[in-house]
Amino acid sequence: MKVVDLDVTPLRQLNRMLHDQKGAADTDMWRIVNPRGLHAIAAGVDAPLTIEIDGNVGYYCAGMNQLAKITINGSAGTGVAENMMSGRVHVKGDASQSAGATGCGGLLVIDGNASARCGISNRGIDIVVKGNVGHMSGFMAQAGTLVVLGDAGEALGDSIYEARLFVRGSVKSLGADCIEKALADTHKAQLRALLDASGVGSEIDVNEFKRYGSARQLYNFKIDNLEAYG
Amino acid sequence: MCGIVGLFLKNPALEPKLGELMTGMLATMCDRGPDSAGFAVYGKGDAAHVKLTLRAASSDYDFGALAGRLSSALGAPIGVALHGTHAVLTLPCELEQKARAAIADEPEDIKIVGAGTRMELYKEVGRPDAVAERFKLSEMAGSHGIAHTRMATESAVTTNGAHPFSTGRDQCLVHNGSLSNHNSLRRAMSHSGIKFETENDTEVAAGYLTWRMQEGASLGEALKESLEDLDGFYTFVVGTENGFGVLRDPIACKPAILAETDDYVAFGSEYRALASLPGIEKAKVWEPEPATVYFWERPA
Repeated sequence: MKVVDLDVTPLRQLNRMLHDQKGAADTDMWRIVNPRGLHAIAAGVDAPLTIEIDGNVGYYCAGMNQLAKITINGSAGTGVAENMMSGRVHVKGDASQSAGATGCGGLLVIDGNASARCGISNRGIDIVVKGNVGHMSGFMAQAGTLVVLGDAGEALGDSIYEARLFVRGSVKSLGADCIEKALADTHKAQLRALLDASGVGSEIDVNEFKRYGSARQLYNFKIDNLEAYG
Repeated sequence: MCGIVGLFLKNPALEPKLGELMTGMLATMCDRGPDSAGFAVYGKGDAAHVKLTLRAASSDYDFGALAGRLSSALGAPIGVALHGTHAVLTLPCELEQKARAAIADEPEDIKIVGAGTRMELYKEVGRPDAVAERFKLSEMAGSHGIAHTRMATESAVTTNGAHPFSTGRDQCLVHNGSLSNHNSLRRAMSHSGIKFETENDTEVAAGYLTWRMQEGASLGEALKESLEDLDGFYTFVVGTENGFGVLRDPIACKPAILAETDDYVAFGSEYRALASLPGIEKAKVWEPEPATVYFWERPA
């Protein structure tokens, strides 16, 4: 196991070492200590490494991740795992706004709460939040899923395309063109698989969730909706 | 962009270190706002005296001589603490209006930038760590303080445009964000007698709080009302004689982190600003909710 102390090693050097692992097949374990809220820690990793970060991190941690399993033993600032392609990012604390923004693939698990705009512009990432999410979550989400075990804030799924949103608690309000949809068996199976992958046991019943998605009235141009396009 | 830090001590044993802790916090926010900085520190004070923070245009202005002239004119001893371009005068409360009139009559342009029982307020253009060094923030003691690093967007890089802005006795405001309706609000409040010195949007927010409180609102009520009347995006941190408060706009564009331990409550635009505080590893750390007033106060 490699241990990198960010009190000693400059952040750019750490990220360069991680980027140098690109193409490597090994699944080395890396431990990063003293992150102290620095930005872009372990961003741009493209190798099947296992990375643990001990403490709170700043913006864009694990951004653009491919293949790596990255665990943050603390809370994360804005844009954790933004634009993730594959792999798994696990935040043990809370996440700030825009968690998993524009992600294309992989799994982001947040044990605490995520604030505003969680999963904004989702293009295929799966996000499981064990607490609540803030306002405008799932905004313009095109694909992928957002699973929320707690409550969702205002304007959930505003202008959503084809992403699937599952919320177990209350939803303060739905955004434009986002509606509740039936929870079919295929959805339940998908939800169960995501919960299992996130370490959520059978004590959480998939039947407690509601599914939300696009009413498909807004994203094809219709003259009747002209005002809503504003 | 701009950066904000705030520290409210619950444990009096840390009070001698307030300035030192704030200096470390402020330095991390230099890259969020490299053009100017300012801070307010709530130090010692008593109800019989008022502290006036004065600012001169030049750093070689002789505040000691000014204090001497005021003392003779008013017939009372006046304390003076020198901090480069700034000085803090301490005088009996009943002489405040006479002192203000005498200062206004001075031939040089001396501004009174803050007044109160405990608040001292300092701001300058320049890199925030250099500004903190110039005023020797690290040597200041107190129960709480707020500080700001500015990246100017709405108005020019001047000392007057730097934060904090005083909103009343022992009250000040710092702001990250920008307001879009500040011109119309400035016009409206000018009719109610609120005076403005700059084209700065934050001064309008400070004036707004002053105006609401003059009309009878508490600080908490004034902050809540600001959610209706101020258009734009903002994270505000306000200081009062005995406490400090935090408010983010309903969209919460601008970052904010709070941390609390048995010893303190701390605010930072980013977690980096808090990372050097003692015991931060065990602190409760969270992001303040949008459109929610947070306030901490110690017994008067």
